[in-house]
Amino acid sequence: MGSIRLENVSKSFGETAVIPSIDLDIEDGEFVVFVGPSGCGKSTLLRLVAGLEDTTGGRILIDGKDMTDTPPSKRGLAMVFQSYALYPHMSVYRNIAFPLRMAGVDKAEIDRKVREAARVLNLTDYLDRRPGQLSGGQRQRVAIGRAIVRAPTAFLFDEPLSNLDAALRVGMRLEISELHQSLGTTMIYVTHDQVEAMTMADKIVVLNKGRIEQVGSPLTLYRNPKNLFVAGFIGSPKMNFVTGEEAAKRGAATIGIRAEHIALAPEAGPWHGTIGVVEHLGSDTFFHVTVDGVGPLTVRAGGEAAYGHGARVFLRPDESKIHRFDAAGQAL
Amino acid sequence: MARRTSPARVAVFTALGWAVGFVVFFPILWMVLTSFKTELEAFRTPPSFLFFDWTLENYAIVQARSDYLRYAMNSIVLAGGSTLAALVFAIPAAWAMAFSPTERTRGTLLWMLSTKMMPPVGVLVPMYLLFRDFSLLDTHVGLIAVLALGNLPIVIWMLYTYFKEIPRDILEASRMDGASSWKEIVFVLTPMAVPGIASTILLNVILAWNEAFWTLNLSTIKAAPLTAFIASYSSPEGLFWAKLSAASTLAIAPILVLGWFSQRQLVRGLTFGAVK
Repeated sequence: MGSIRLENVSKSFGETAVIPSIDLDIEDGEFVVFVGPSGCGKSTLLRLVAGLEDTTGGRILIDGKDMTDTPPSKRGLAMVFQSYALYPHMSVYRNIAFPLRMAGVDKAEIDRKVREAARVLNLTDYLDRRPGQLSGGQRQRVAIGRAIVRAPTAFLFDEPLSNLDAALRVGMRLEISELHQSLGTTMIYVTHDQVEAMTMADKIVVLNKGRIEQVGSPLTLYRNPKNLFVAGFIGSPKMNFVTGEEAAKRGAATIGIRAEHIALAPEAGPWHGTIGVVEHLGSDTFFHVTVDGVGPLTVRAGGEAAYGHGARVFLRPDESKIHRFDAAGQAL
Repeated sequence: MARRTSPARVAVFTALGWAVGFVVFFPILWMVLTSFKTELEAFRTPPSFLFFDWTLENYAIVQARSDYLRYAMNSIVLAGGSTLAALVFAIPAAWAMAFSPTERTRGTLLWMLSTKMMPPVGVLVPMYLLFRDFSLLDTHVGLIAVLALGNLPIVIWMLYTYFKEIPRDILEASRMDGASSWKEIVFVLTPMAVPGIASTILLNVILAWNEAFWTLNLSTIKAAPLTAFIASYSSPEGLFWAKLSAASTLAIAPILVLGWFSQRQLVRGLTFGAVK
């Protein structure tokens, strides 16, 4: 079991309230991603769950038990740090065995579990090495190995991929997702990268200034953002926002439309604009268009779309996919 | 090196370096040389530098008159014991201050250091009375306690600087892995800080070995270390230079050898944190 419940949890550092008050339910076996810009309190929230920071108020329940004042060593959670935080004076074997040694598991059992974890993570050949002799990806695997050996209630990941290069990041992302599929254990994953959030999560928690802006599945957030912040944060490229007359015409203070919901039309359309920068990704092409009376918009088209810089085009937004927001930024 | 140095320049600086080294080392050298002279030779003016009748008789007399080995053993027990005792308290203290600092940590550290600025003679009488009343005069336990407490501020400061260099994440990882505070200190912090702890031990052993004020005032025979051994030659027999030199040479020999072999470690320890 691995359900986690936050009730009215708050955290202040001195006078600064980093997290004013948060309520959140995480179901057993869920992959939950905390996402938000830097300084939004997502890492602090994770550290509160871990017990590495003390709460200022509220309760943290793990499997229904109040663990608010339980030290991290007794919460039964495992954590993977951004810096990997391996023990530099121990071999890979001893790093992975450490949590088991702390739990007083007998030697034969430790050996079996360490070798099993090493096999799963392709670390068998490196068991005698020190962390300093490993590459970034291998170190990350050791950190994960150390987390999985003692079968924790839940895994906590604090931006685990941000020190890896882009190619490795995609690979590790898949490995972590696969790990979640095979273990079925609750995972909480902190990232500022919304692509990681979208691709890995069962449930995304979007945080901003210590508050939860919205909780939901990746597609719920993508299709029905509750406010301007979520609409702008989730999705790449960013959602286009239009204010002024075009918004007023649709009864909103701001309207938002995603790049793929605007079609380029050679002959006719409600909007007319000039193409600026064109980004060819092969599968897709992004056109940055300055639309008369509307402003700059990003439009996504297929890889074959052939308009050059400076071309005049018509644009046709898909009216059914337009998001409307009031003056306070809330979805209408 | 960015600047080109001419061979002449190198020669001058090398000569200067040796000269300064020689001046600093000269008293020790002179003491060692004197210990091999006869008493008559030791007094002669002008003194002879190397060409005299070398003799070992001073060493024989010193060993016959006072039991060198017992004093040396006491020095080892006091230096080792006080270092161990200081570490037992300093490691948790430095750990707490380095990784859970409060707004008073800085002040506490400075306050501890300020106790080193007080002249020890200022508390000699109360200390003596305490030692007398608790029957600690001339005991190993009493001297170990005084030496450990006296060096505790320096030991805590040194360890604190070392511990500050250890990434917090790693200690937090051990907490997540189920280590209690003690296990965290024993299995993670201490092994990672081994170079720092080694330098601290070394410095503290040297300080305790050379400590003369408390050892002379609070011990007489049973727990008296080598400082008392030298002192016993200086006062009643102050004019016997050769024997005093032999006694002094014997007293500093162990720590000189220890310092010689560990000078790299020692320099690193003393300059740690100065340059990153």
